[in-house]
Formats: sequence, structure tokens, C-alpha cells
Amino acid sequence: MSGNGLYPGLNLGATHGEAHEDAEKTVFGFWVFLMSDLIIFGILFASYASYLDPVGMAGGPGPKDLFDLTSVAIQTAFLLVGGIAYAGVSLALKYDQGRAKIITWLLVCAVLGAGFLFFEVKDFIAQAGEGGVPQASGWLSSYWALVGLHGIHVFSGILWIFATIGQIATRGLDDVVKVRLSMLGVFWHFLDLIWVGIFSLVFLVPLA
Amino acid sequence: MSGQTSPIFGNLDWSVTPFTDVLQHPGTSTIIGAFAASVLVLGAIAAVALFTRMRWWGPLYRNWLTSPDAKRIGIMYIALALIMLARGIIEGFVMRAHQASALGTLAQREGGLVAPDHFAQLFSTHGTIMIFFVAMPLLIGLINFVLPQQLGARDMAFPVLNQVSLGLTAAGAALVMISLLVGDFGTGGWTMYPPYTGKIFSPGEGVDYWLWAILISGMGSTLTGMNFAVTIFKERAPGMHFMRMPLFCWTSLCVAIMLIYAMPALTVSSAMLALDRYADFHFFTNEAGGNMMNYANIFWMFGHPEVYILILPAFGVFSEISSTFSGKRLYGYTSLVIASMSIAVISFTVWLHHFFTMGQSAAVNIAFGIATMVIGIPTGVKIYDWMATMWRGRVRITTPIVYLTGFFLLFVIGGLSGIILANPSIDYQVHNSTFLVAHFHNVIIPGVLYGMLAGIHYWFPKAFGFRLSETWGRRTAFLFVGGFVFTFMPLYVLGLMGMPRRSPTFQNPDFLPWMYIAAFGGVLMLCALASLIWTFWTSYRHRAALAVPGGDPWNGSTLEWSTPAPVPEWTFPCIPQVTARHEWGERKRAGDPWKAPAEYTDIEMPANTAHGLLIAIATFAFGFAMVWHIWWLAILGVLAIPGLVIFRAMRIIEPRIIPAAEVAEADGRFRQLVASLPAATRADEETERNRGVPDIAEFAG
Repeated sequence: MSGNGLYPGLNLGATHGEAHEDAEKTVFGFWVFLMSDLIIFGILFASYASYLDPVGMAGGPGPKDLFDLTSVAIQTAFLLVGGIAYAGVSLALKYDQGRAKIITWLLVCAVLGAGFLFFEVKDFIAQAGEGGVPQASGWLSSYWALVGLHGIHVFSGILWIFATIGQIATRGLDDVVKVRLSMLGVFWHFLDLIWVGIFSLVFLVPLA
Repeated sequence: MSGQTSPIFGNLDWSVTPFTDVLQHPGTSTIIGAFAASVLVLGAIAAVALFTRMRWWGPLYRNWLTSPDAKRIGIMYIALALIMLARGIIEGFVMRAHQASALGTLAQREGGLVAPDHFAQLFSTHGTIMIFFVAMPLLIGLINFVLPQQLGARDMAFPVLNQVSLGLTAAGAALVMISLLVGDFGTGGWTMYPPYTGKIFSPGEGVDYWLWAILISGMGSTLTGMNFAVTIFKERAPGMHFMRMPLFCWTSLCVAIMLIYAMPALTVSSAMLALDRYADFHFFTNEAGGNMMNYANIFWMFGHPEVYILILPAFGVFSEISSTFSGKRLYGYTSLVIASMSIAVISFTVWLHHFFTMGQSAAVNIAFGIATMVIGIPTGVKIYDWMATMWRGRVRITTPIVYLTGFFLLFVIGGLSGIILANPSIDYQVHNSTFLVAHFHNVIIPGVLYGMLAGIHYWFPKAFGFRLSETWGRRTAFLFVGGFVFTFMPLYVLGLMGMPRRSPTFQNPDFLPWMYIAAFGGVLMLCALASLIWTFWTSYRHRAALAVPGGDPWNGSTLEWSTPAPVPEWTFPCIPQVTARHEWGERKRAGDPWKAPAEYTDIEMPANTAHGLLIAIATFAFGFAMVWHIWWLAILGVLAIPGLVIFRAMRIIEPRIIPAAEVAEADGRFRQLVASLPAATRADEETERNRGVPDIAEFAG
């Protein structure tokens, strides 16, 4: 416990009472859910690796024809800075700095996430224009499924951010909303984690 | 099906029902199809009429469909499973009847009761239903009902999520059911291997029915696993250490962990196949770099842990009943815990034995063959532990013990034939034959089905307040044992004689006698089903004589037997303080187990909600729309789900408070009742004298 009486994580109420136990239960449950989600990504990563050969590419366009590392680097920057921005939400929540600050940081996260999505969709469109559609080969199917699923996750994260802002506006910062904010944080950082895997294994490995 | 997709009705038109088939091509096959559809329609009409006449709609909605109570959710799971079980057994019988009449000649290749395509639909729906909509809801239902009570918890960690899980499972089951009436089901078996199930070889709605039923119910199972795990980790009563949990809780924990890690593989393989079929992706196609072997690989990453997901709760049930009905403490608790966890872990390392013949190197096959044989060791430990539990016990031959004995005799044979199949060189000879069919029915029926039926018989009084008829229960158990032996032992022989599995016809007359024996077994299975239904009905009619309001009809040792039967929605008047592994048994030893708690407090219960029901409706609409390409409905369904979730999140939901006075009053009445009831001895257990209050002097567990 630090000097100001706050715990490293989320702080609900004055003591370690029932609200804490409920929060612990809910957040633990969400972690378990994400571990299950991680298996989904794990299998997609393994599939991507198994289609990453001349047979899987089936004479269609390959990584060297399609991948634009500059754009991928920009996406990485957007997403990871978005992850750091969520620290603003967590800190504002922990030190009770008010709704306005929390909503502001949430909006910063949403904008950075949207920036990521903008460049990702731009890449997808460009790749499709060069014949890199998922219907072209097994490798491209696995590429679109894996990276697309991550993109859908980011999109859901942005939706979740706006749903949370809606909750803060209508019901205020009660314990339930605070716990949901900490789950959203876990989710948002989880997306960074997956992206680090995608950046290295999907984009860097085939170009190396 | 017409070539054009209508914007409003998708691919639906009037030619999709089996009634039009029977008009166009009259024959036994189409008549059976139309008959099955009629049973579905008439059954639905009869149910609606009955509910309307009895004015049950209101109670059904208020007390069941909107209830977040894990006990009620568990009962609904089991009800769903029993309905699906009826269909599954009847389908099994039709298949046995077909094969008994399917001897073909060179001139007339195909004969028998049903057409080859119809036969393929039968084994595909039979497998899908029995695994996903009988075995899974049975075990999830039983865990839902029993787990919180054994842990000393009031409910699951996430009661509303639990409701959603049930809704998703029911939506999947409804999709499989409606395929009887609207369109056809897939013909690719319960595993639906591509490329056969790809768009080129299986156009039409059949495989799509399977895909959406599996994707939707699979999502429900994942959420259930997460709910079970969090409940076990966070909701145990004070003092309920891990090594004090009843063994059923341990096997539930194994199941939870396996659901969390295994279900995603099924989600991925089905989603990939859906992308291949709907969006022309090339995951599993023959051309453009697709790799159909990857499907088998991912599917069985789920599929093998799945069979242990099915069997472990049964092992939990057998651990409870072997101890209770022998009047002895469970032998080797620690070894059973270690064995369960070992099975859970090793089950993730054997999936490749489902495709030894796919062409990987011998070294890979041997590694997985050895892993498969290793898993027999913890299973063997368990069998010995249960036998040691019964050794020199005062064993009462109740229905669960009949199931347990049948399990001992038959499951060991099934396990040994599994060890035989684990040898890749033998597998090369008998894979894809009915030897394999005999093997997996030999583990799943004596394991899962007997275990779950034994569990239902054991805990039924806790749910409804009266015991099931022991006479009819034992008759049912004997019929299921006999039915199994006659149906599936011949399939071992047929498999060794070279009969391929899933074959609608055969030309070797030597097969016929065995086919007749198997068909007779099918008749016995039908009788067992009828006897099971009769057991429920006759017990309901004699519920006054069978009532056990004292709540402890079998002189049990775990916490769930400390409460009234039927158990009140709050389960425990106050959360028990656990001091020993067999808490309820220890209290009996100490004397006066039914002592009232010192004080009562208000109880917080989750409020009823229609959330799960609405999500189930939305997902069913979505699944049905995807099957029939009704895009507007699919979009509506897929938007409705997050809409419902966000709508619920916006509202502040207050729990329902049950005042302490009400709890105190109900609990006081229960304790007075227990004091007034005569204590039943072991010899009285099956008689009317058993009112649920056992003679605690006899307790020896």
C-alpha cells in the first residue's frame, strides 16, 4: 500500500469490502474470457504459419507484393500510443479526478484506435486492389482472418468505449461502471499484445 | 430450393419441407422423414395446447425462462437434453433398423429403410445431437444444479451470463430441431470434414445448419466454462479449501478449464469452414492453397478434450454415489483429484490419434499413440478407487449403483478397445470401421449416459422433493445396459469383418446376423427410453409416497444434503462455515446436524430478467437467417445482440432482497419438520418410511 492509502489497482470505497470482492470476481472472469480468446488467436497464428509457403500462396500475390511496412509501423504507433493513453483513464479513475478527465482520455483512446483502423482498412483496400483478396489463396485467407479478427476486436473496443461513456453520462461513476472501466482497460491492452504478435509474425517474419 | 435468393425469404420456399418430398417421391425414406417432421409439429402443437390449457405460460416465463437461479437453469438444461436424447435414440434405432435391411446385391446396390442421403443425415444429426445437445447440456445442467450447492454458494459467479449460456445452447438445439421440418441437415457426420462439406460438394443448407448450431452453442459452452471456473475459484464457502471440495466439484473444475481452452478450437474450425462456404475463402478447399487436413487438426484439438469434458462429470458422479451408497468414505480422494487433473491435462496432448492415417511420419504417430495409452493410467486409478470405495461397504443396489456396476463392466471394455486403437498400426486396419463406432459408444454410453442418469436419479429429490421410483429406475438401468451390449458388441465384430462406418449398404451376407442382433439392441434402447420416461411419470404420480421433505434421502456427506427438498431458491439460509472435507458427514458425527443458524440476515438474489431469453431469440433468428441467406434478418439479429447487452449495461439493476424474517420463518419450519419426521434406517431407504431424514447413527461415510 502506498502512502496515500490507495492500492496499486482499482480503488472502490474506503475499505476492502464486498465491492472489492465483487470487482475481483468480475475482473478475474474477464481475464479468463480473454485467455479463451487468446486461444482463438493462437490457433489463427498457427494456421497463418502453416499456410505461409508456396503451396499455401498458390501462385497468388505474396507478402513482398502486398505488405507496406511503413503503414504497418504507423498502425503500430497508433495502437500502442492508444494503449498508453488508457493509463490516463486508469490514473484519473484511481485518483478520483472526475468524469470529464476520464471521458477525455477515453475519447483519446477511441481516436487513436480509429486512426489504427483507418490505416488498416486503407491497407486492406490497397491489397485487394493488387489481387490480394482472401479468395485468392489459403495464405491470404488466413492473413485476412487473423488480421481482420484483430481489427474487429479494435472496432468492438471503440464501440465499448462509447458504450462506457454513455454509462458514465447516464448512471455516473458507480462501482459497476468502475469495474467495467478496468475490464475495458484489460481488453484494450490485450489488443496491443495481439498486435505485437501480428506485427512480428505476420508482417516481419515473411519479409525477413 | 430455387436458384434465386429472394430478398425477403432468402432461399426458403415451399419445397423445403419433408411433406413436399413425400408427395413427390413416396417411399419408406420420405415417409420416415415426413413422420419425424409431423412428430415435431404435432409435439409443438400439443405442448402449446397443454401450456395454454393448464395456464402454465405465466409461471413458465416468471419462474423458469427469466430465472437467473443456477438450479433452475440446470434443470432446464437437463430438460432440453432429455428431449434431444429422445430424438437421438430414435434416430439410432432407425439407423439400426435400416442397416438390418440394407443388404445389397450387385444388381440392386442400395436397399433398406431409408435412402443413402437420408441415412447420412441420420448419422450426422445423431452424432451432433448426442454430443452437443444431449451430453453437453446434461453435464452442464447437472454441474449447474449441484456445484453451487456443494461449494456452499448461493449461485454461480455470473447468474445472468449463465442464463445467456443456456439461451445460446437452446438456440443451437432449436436450429438442429427445425432442420427436421425446414430443409435438410448436413451429411458429413458430426465432424463435418471438408472438402466434402465445402460449397462444391455440399451446396445447400445442410452443413450451414450444423455450422451455426455449433458456433452458437459453442459460444454458450465457452461462457459456461468461464462461469464454472470463476465460481469454483471465487465463490467457495469460507473454509471450503480446494482439498475439501467434493470430488464432483473437482471434476467440474477440470471441465471448466477444458471448456475454456478447448471450445475456441471448435469456434475457429467452424468459423473457417463458414468463411469457406459463405465468402469463398480457401482454408480447406482442394484448390488455391487450401489444406483440408488443417480442419481435422483444429477440430480434434477441441474434439479430444471434448470427450474428457463429457466423461469427467460422470466420474465426479460415480465418486459421489460409490461413497454414499456404500456407506463408506471415498477411497483415495487425493489420488482421484490428481487423476482427474492428469486426465484434463493429458487430454490436450492426444488429438492426433483421430487421424493417424492422414500421412504424417511414424514418429509423430507413435508419440501421440503413447500419449493416448498414458491417459489410460489415471483412468485406471479411478476405477480401482471406486471399487476400493465399495469394497466391504454396505452397498445398497439402488439405481445409481446399477449404473455404476454397468459402467465398471462395460467402460473397462471400451477403454481397452481404446488402448487397442491407440496403436497406430492397428488403427490403420480398423479405423473408419464399425469397430471404432463400437469403441466410442462403449465409452460414451456406459460413461457419460450412465453417469448422467445416475446423477439425475441421485439428485432428483433435491430438485423436486420426491425420489424417483427405484423399481422403474433399476429397470431402465438394466435396459440401458442390455441395450448397449446387444447394439454395440456386434459392431466390434462387424468392424473386424470389414464393415465400414457410416455406410448405408453392404454386400456381404455374413454381416446380417450381427446386424439383426444390433437391431434387437436398438429395440432394447427404445424400451429403455420408454422406461426412462415412465420412471419420471410414475414417480410424479406417486410423489406423495416418494416425498423426502427432510432433504437427505441417501444419508449423504456433502453440503447439498443439509437443505430441504425441494431446495429453496436461496439454497442455504446462511452461508455455511466449512471445517472438514465431508462437512455434512462431520456434522452428523458431531450430533445434531440440523441445528439452526445463530442468526439470519437479508439475502441478496439476482433479479429475474428476460436478458438471456431475448439473446437466445436474437441468436436463433441470426442462425436461421444465415442458414437460409435471409440477409436482412441476419443483420437485424447480429445488431440486436450488442444492442441488448448495451441496453442492459446502461440500466442500474438492483438485486432482489429476501428479508431475514422470511428466511428465518421458512428455515424454522424446515427444522421443525425434520424434528417431527421419523429417522429412516438404511433398510428403509426404498420404502415410504424414507422421508429424507436418515438415521445419523448409521452414517459411516
